[in-house]
Amino acid sequence: MSSVLSGIFEPGLFTSEPVRVAVVVGGAVALVSAVVGVFTVIRGQSFAGHSLGDLGTTGGSGAFLVGANPLWGFVTFAIIGAGAMELFGSRRPRGRDMATGIVLGAGLGIAALFLYLGTTQDNTTGATITILFGSMFVIRASMIPVFALLSVLALAIVALLYRPLLLSAVSQDVAAARGVPVRTVGLLYLLAMALAVSLSCVTIGAILSTAVLIGPAAAALRLTKRPGLAIAWAAVIGLGVTWLGILLAYDSYYWPPAGRGWPVSFFVVALILVVYLLADFASRYRARRAGARALAARRGRAGVAGLQPSETPVPGAG
Amino acid sequence: MFSGIMVNAWIVATMVAVVAGVVGFFTVLRGSAFVAHAVPQAGFAGAAGASLIGASTLTGLGTFAVMSALSIGLLGKRGRHDAVTALALVFMLGLGALFLSWSDQYASEIYALLFGEVLGVANNQVLATAVLGVVCILAVVTLYRPLLLSSVMPEVAEARGVSTQQMELCFLVVVALVTTMSVPVVGALLMFSLMIGAPGTARSFTDKPLAALSLSVGFAVTIVWIAIAASYETDWPVGFFVGVLGAVFFVAGRGWVAWQRSGALRRNNGGRPATGPVHLATASGTSVEPT
Repeated sequence: MSSVLSGIFEPGLFTSEPVRVAVVVGGAVALVSAVVGVFTVIRGQSFAGHSLGDLGTTGGSGAFLVGANPLWGFVTFAIIGAGAMELFGSRRPRGRDMATGIVLGAGLGIAALFLYLGTTQDNTTGATITILFGSMFVIRASMIPVFALLSVLALAIVALLYRPLLLSAVSQDVAAARGVPVRTVGLLYLLAMALAVSLSCVTIGAILSTAVLIGPAAAALRLTKRPGLAIAWAAVIGLGVTWLGILLAYDSYYWPPAGRGWPVSFFVVALILVVYLLADFASRYRARRAGARALAARRGRAGVAGLQPSETPVPGAG
Repeated sequence: MFSGIMVNAWIVATMVAVVAGVVGFFTVLRGSAFVAHAVPQAGFAGAAGASLIGASTLTGLGTFAVMSALSIGLLGKRGRHDAVTALALVFMLGLGALFLSWSDQYASEIYALLFGEVLGVANNQVLATAVLGVVCILAVVTLYRPLLLSSVMPEVAEARGVSTQQMELCFLVVVALVTTMSVPVVGALLMFSLMIGAPGTARSFTDKPLAALSLSVGFAVTIVWIAIAASYETDWPVGFFVGVLGAVFFVAGRGWVAWQRSGALRRNNGGRPATGPVHLATASGTSVEPT
């Protein structure tokens, strides 16, 4: 039994300081992202969510260039990006899509410049990789209070806007008619998303940031249509895949071919894809069962209705 | 600036800009900017994988780009399209990270794949780019009418027997081809900026499809030419100039629309009775008479 356990949990997993920090911070970030992400998916803003991550990356590389704390670079650029998207965007989804694309394109261009200047400055190219792909095992424990504060802020915005957010996601016109300031709500939500995304970006990298924002929420919304339940599911899935991903990455240290461990991001995105496909399968299976039941019920009713005009229902005569 | 290896750069960049202008027009029309962003990055993972097993970059790119395009198309049928795109994107990037962790490739090559190496294009790349570019343009020309109809009015298209589902898949494959052609030369990020910035600007100036398409190509070529010249002079990455110029053009287009609109309003409110019907262009492209 203990050999099985030590096979799953490689020795030193629970005593390693980087792993402990990764479990705490990665878990917290996944939790916040999953909750915020449910609204992202419902409102159809996955592209904006992903773009904010890339914009945060731009800020991160800028901060790297001037030697500032990357976190503030990430947060500032993500917030500026959110504002620009709202400024250029229209209420129509396609206009919003284009505005997001324009802002993202500009951000990526600036990122290219920052990274280029960074590489020419000190002749190392490692920063590109660290910034683009992130690593969960490089978080410093001293940053945890700031992370916690910003996470709570993002969650508070979402909690305060819970009903108007859902209403304006279903129908902007109905929401506006009910007196919801649709644009303000949209902007505030973008800000909450910018906070959540830049936090996850700086800790777990741009890939995983989008992954934990969209993946658990999309899977949860395949499982249930009720927003409250979906948030709970998303939180569970987000935490689960992140922790399992960290565990697998730690275990993979001696795996072939390189012998230096597989990246956490790969495990987490692979797990998320598996969970999403399972949720998709479950929802289709349930829909088919429900369809079959409804069909059977209708046939049953039709059978009864078909018998009614007949004066003498003889069993087996039909 | 126009000698030796730079000749290839000008030729390839112009070809890429023309194709980006054409395909980007449909991308913006269909609201598929996210797909246009995701597929090249998936191709990037393919390129990383190909270098791992010693295959050609183009093969890896093409395979992964088409695979991701098809999986977005198929999964998107049921789930939310943008969420599925995000999932495909992050999965492919995760695979890319895995491949990179296995290989001994260095960051400069990754940087080149993301941000492009337009100033160092080899002769055989010119040929590959040209062939793929012609294929893309031919595909768009063949599909022009049904694609346009299903982009603008999906319901009408369905009623006329055009399957929007099939059109979506065709379009995604075209995006994958464009990606394969452009990423090795101009990078995943530059291509995306061109595909959104130029057509987005064009739509501020006209609502007629063919005119917008031509303008989009014109803007794309202009942006790329300025970017290459500026990059040659300053030594800064081409992707920076393309990304920023795309946004500048777009904002200028928006400004022009706003200026036009305010001009029309001023003429209307001037107190002079209009002698004829004054046409105001609305967002949908139909003209209305001021009341």
